[in-house]
Amino acid sequence: MGFKRRMQSATGIGATLGLGLALAMGAPQVALAQEPAPLQEVIVSEGVLRPLPIAVVGFTGQYGNDISGVIRGNLRRSGFFDPLNPASFIETGLSLANQPTFPQWTSIGAEVVLYGSVTPRPDGRNDVGFRLYDTYRECQLVSYQFTATPEQWRRIAHKISDVVYQRMTGESGFFDTRVIYVAESGTQLNRLSRLAIVDQDGYNPVFLTQGDEVIMSPRFSTSNPDEVTYVALGQDYSRIYLKNLSTGRTESLGEFDGQVLAPRYSNDGSKVAFSIIRGGNTDVYTMDLRSRELRRLTSDPGIDTSPSFSPDNRRLVFTSDRSGSARLYVMNADGSGQRPISRGGGSYTAPSWSPRGDLIAFTKQQGGQFHIGVMGTDGTGERILSSSYFEEGPSWAPNGRYIMFARQTRGGDTRLWTVDLSGRVIAQAGYDGRGSSPAWSPLLDAPPANLGYGQAPDSCPS
Amino acid sequence: MIKSRVLRLALVGVAVSAMAACARPAEAPGPITDNGGTQPGNNTTYPDRPVTGGEMGAARPGSAEEFANTIGDRVYFDLDSYSIRPEAYPRLNQQAAWLRQYPAVTIRIEGNADERGTAEYNLALGARRAEAVRAYLVQQGVAASRIDTISFGKERPIAQGSNEESWARNRNAHTAIVSGAVR
Repeated sequence: MGFKRRMQSATGIGATLGLGLALAMGAPQVALAQEPAPLQEVIVSEGVLRPLPIAVVGFTGQYGNDISGVIRGNLRRSGFFDPLNPASFIETGLSLANQPTFPQWTSIGAEVVLYGSVTPRPDGRNDVGFRLYDTYRECQLVSYQFTATPEQWRRIAHKISDVVYQRMTGESGFFDTRVIYVAESGTQLNRLSRLAIVDQDGYNPVFLTQGDEVIMSPRFSTSNPDEVTYVALGQDYSRIYLKNLSTGRTESLGEFDGQVLAPRYSNDGSKVAFSIIRGGNTDVYTMDLRSRELRRLTSDPGIDTSPSFSPDNRRLVFTSDRSGSARLYVMNADGSGQRPISRGGGSYTAPSWSPRGDLIAFTKQQGGQFHIGVMGTDGTGERILSSSYFEEGPSWAPNGRYIMFARQTRGGDTRLWTVDLSGRVIAQAGYDGRGSSPAWSPLLDAPPANLGYGQAPDSCPS
Repeated sequence: MIKSRVLRLALVGVAVSAMAACARPAEAPGPITDNGGTQPGNNTTYPDRPVTGGEMGAARPGSAEEFANTIGDRVYFDLDSYSIRPEAYPRLNQQAAWLRQYPAVTIRIEGNADERGTAEYNLALGARRAEAVRAYLVQQGVAASRIDTISFGKERPIAQGSNEESWARNRNAHTAIVSGAVR
């Protein structure tokens, strides 16, 4: 994946919509300038890319300004948007019945403008309608309306953010998601760990366990964001639990002859891959959730753990120290065809297969530091995205563009961080409390299929 | 541990009497510093040999306290290693002898790792350490049926801080008494 792209260096009039955005997202087109402008090579990972200036107008109606605030925060954190300060807006009173007065937005540098309104319905729910306009081409990019109860205004804000993100980048969104993680409190020697879940932007954290067990390795089922699995480590037991977040029903995966760790759902939700330690030796197994049939996939005397399914469930990546140091291996879902893929020095652990299928994220320990990186599924093209004293456990956003991980400062606390695939957009995650082992949910439900492209008379040409 | 607590109490006693003897408040005693390096929280030393001392009060023979205090219930490991160090064998031999002497005692060997590793890998590493100790105790005549093992990975450190000394302490296998000991 090349991140070295041509992009226009000019700003202001003549800059086309999506400048930078479409490019950074890997879309093939080159920005079309109105008149020839000098082109220069830009390396995205060096932070030269200019985020898209977007005006997000406060929506009218109940929670309207709150919705707009959440959208601005989401878009800003993505790294691809620069939401402008509403105090700079000239046009006021923009309603869904009108087009924006384009020069009033271009004059403050807004290349796109988003506005909308919240309208109560007779059934007590709200209609939240919005329009997104290209201010230079003077055409409508998208219009849509969500309907929900008033209390769901945050969900709606995330779903609108996803629509804007998708329209402007060509990639699916990731804002209407949650993160399951291990919330930490207490001291280094008396640490309390609790399973917790939070919206991706850090709001609505909820604790799911009491803190009497050490919680490890929580993961969502990618086929159902209500299903999670995790490890609970007690004084004299370890157990893999399957938990339904809606019903609260929690069941043990089973009692095994040995210590269990590292559970992951297959992407169709039919199996769980995990490890069992027997006689000090750690191997990878899968269990079919319907038949409860247990299958052993590895049998060498080395450590084999942290399995992760490919999106088609036909292969798994895992870490093994069978060669002496920890490296990444890929095998078929029946355990056949095990082969190392990582090539560099250092130790490679905690791999995670991208939802797009083309990359594997990992933790690497080398040179006294820990790194989060990605490589191709055959081990080629390794790139380090983030490095620090300690960081581990990459988890992919459902669009395969962002990775969340845990970073610990030396002698300090552990918190959740995100990095994008370019390594350019790195920031503490929306949730800024202490936590580790983050796992990103799939989109909470399917994004709207019909975004009203090309339906209005003033729609932008596609 | 107990020895150093006695030391600390003694120092507090000195401080109190110093204040009582002090005529002018301006000459309050300065911070108490120890020169032995044996206080809890100081990670530069830790007991590799049995702690002995008349002031600790004799633990009952066959009790978990006796096991922990006169033999030592942890052995330590090198970085990314699960080989038993040469200096750990005398302690493990004593553990085995004590366990042979008290055959009703059951134990759980808990493997631990330092913070410089990923959580799941460290669980697997800690399990190897617990297994290394288990295998040696069995070899020394302790019935395998009396021994359980678990790995806590890096989840239950005993030494605070992010430095070589605390990492060295946190790479250990802890022999915990589960049942059958004298109370």
